[in-house]
Amino acid sequence: MTVSEQNKVRNPGKRDFLKVMLGSSLAALTGSVLYPIVAYLKPPKSGEVEVSTVKAGKVDEFDRDSGQIIKFGTKPVLLVRTQEGEFRAFSAVCTHLDCTVQYRREKGTIWCACHNGTYDLTGRNIAGPPPRPLDEFRVIVQGEEVLISKKA
Amino acid sequence: MNKKLKRLYYWVNDRVHLEDLVGFLGKKYVPVHSHSVWYYFGGVSLFLFIIQVVTGILLLLYYKGSEELAFESIKFIMSKVMFGWLIRSVHSWAANLFVLAAMIHMFSVFFTKAYRKPREMTWLTGMLMFFLVLGFGFSGYLLPWNELAFFATKVGTDIAGVVPIIGKPIMIFLRGGEDVTGATLSRLFGFHVAVFPGIFTVLLGIHLILVQRQGMSEPMALEGELEWVGKTMPFFPNFLLRDLLLWLIVLNLLAILAVFFPWELGQKADAFAPAPAGIKPEWYFMFMFQTLKYIPAKVVIIDGEVLGILMFGLAGFLWTIVPFWDRKSSRREKNRLINYIGIVAVMYIIVLTILGWLS
Repeated sequence: MTVSEQNKVRNPGKRDFLKVMLGSSLAALTGSVLYPIVAYLKPPKSGEVEVSTVKAGKVDEFDRDSGQIIKFGTKPVLLVRTQEGEFRAFSAVCTHLDCTVQYRREKGTIWCACHNGTYDLTGRNIAGPPPRPLDEFRVIVQGEEVLISKKA
Repeated sequence: MNKKLKRLYYWVNDRVHLEDLVGFLGKKYVPVHSHSVWYYFGGVSLFLFIIQVVTGILLLLYYKGSEELAFESIKFIMSKVMFGWLIRSVHSWAANLFVLAAMIHMFSVFFTKAYRKPREMTWLTGMLMFFLVLGFGFSGYLLPWNELAFFATKVGTDIAGVVPIIGKPIMIFLRGGEDVTGATLSRLFGFHVAVFPGIFTVLLGIHLILVQRQGMSEPMALEGELEWVGKTMPFFPNFLLRDLLLWLIVLNLLAILAVFFPWELGQKADAFAPAPAGIKPEWYFMFMFQTLKYIPAKVVIIDGEVLGILMFGLAGFLWTIVPFWDRKSSRREKNRLINYIGIVAVMYIIVLTILGWLS
């Protein structure tokens, strides 16, 4: 019988106690090293003020049958003025893979160049890979001013 | 001079026994046969990696990895720094040739079934390096912060986000937030110049040690050929000199490409501009990009892009672990199925890449 075997026989409780202590210390050490690293990898939420309404510009700045990207906080919004002069606004983020869409005058549709997705002027996905319609925004014309706001 | 070199050799040899290494290199032979040409593409990939390290370090001296300065700093490199245009152009071209050489290397190993036992680990490290090469390409593409790069990164990271459950956290991790911003640039810059090169170097070390240790694989097809009687050439100096000659040719090709077809910088990225018409990814991502265009929005109950991405993920995974399911080749039996799979993969990539270019 070796010395360690003798010890095992003589002192099983002590050995197990040491194993538990060592094991849990090791686990605690690993945890206290890994946790800050993993937490560090997760980007913090930037404390930006939530935007609910933006001024897009004056009515006569927008030609009929045209579209323009408006900054809505950090997100792009596509403001379309139809041939009839009506304003419509949609999130310019393609529902497929996050590209930015544009108004296509020759076809009267909203189009994403990345994967050839097409939406009609109500934001409905009508061709190509987009799985969902574009989110719609509310357009308010106050006198000369065009305002865009989130739909409630 | 010669005497001094000899004395230096003896000085080192006294301490670390270089003669073992010299003896090993002297005894190393490379098989000579009708498929020998494929042996050179690993070496070419290695050479292009070295070029990338050197030109990459040079670019780092002037590049500034931030949203406001990235585009301007590359403009500065290309217009103000002496030979800056050359270094940047070589780096971009070498990146593309690197992917190409690595692809040829990978497919040649696949078709000759050189991954079979006992070289499974060589194949695995090679595949991991290949994915890293694609990662290098993807992360490096964003660094100029131009319009094409901006949307390519949006799409690429959004694709990661499509994967069920783990996708979203991965996307946020890659982007450094919900959207592609300067935070994304900082992260991908860090991956490109520190994380990936570090991992790559370790894998490359293992890969090369395995190749040296096990020697070159001989194609199974040769075993039936009567005229092949195990002809070889010494690695040192015969094969090495041929390697070096090819490296010289590749260097010349790079110089020609970099000088006569300088890499463009394009337009600075604007988060509030629509994706430009005709936007395309790099050629080595083209076949996947084109596939995503064809898959409809919904296939039965799952979203088209989820299906596409899961299929590519599964195919890539099966490809990576081929030494472990192709049991026949490891038993030195013919396995035609592997050839068919390889041919279908090559044809698929070629056809969809061409379709992508034409559209």
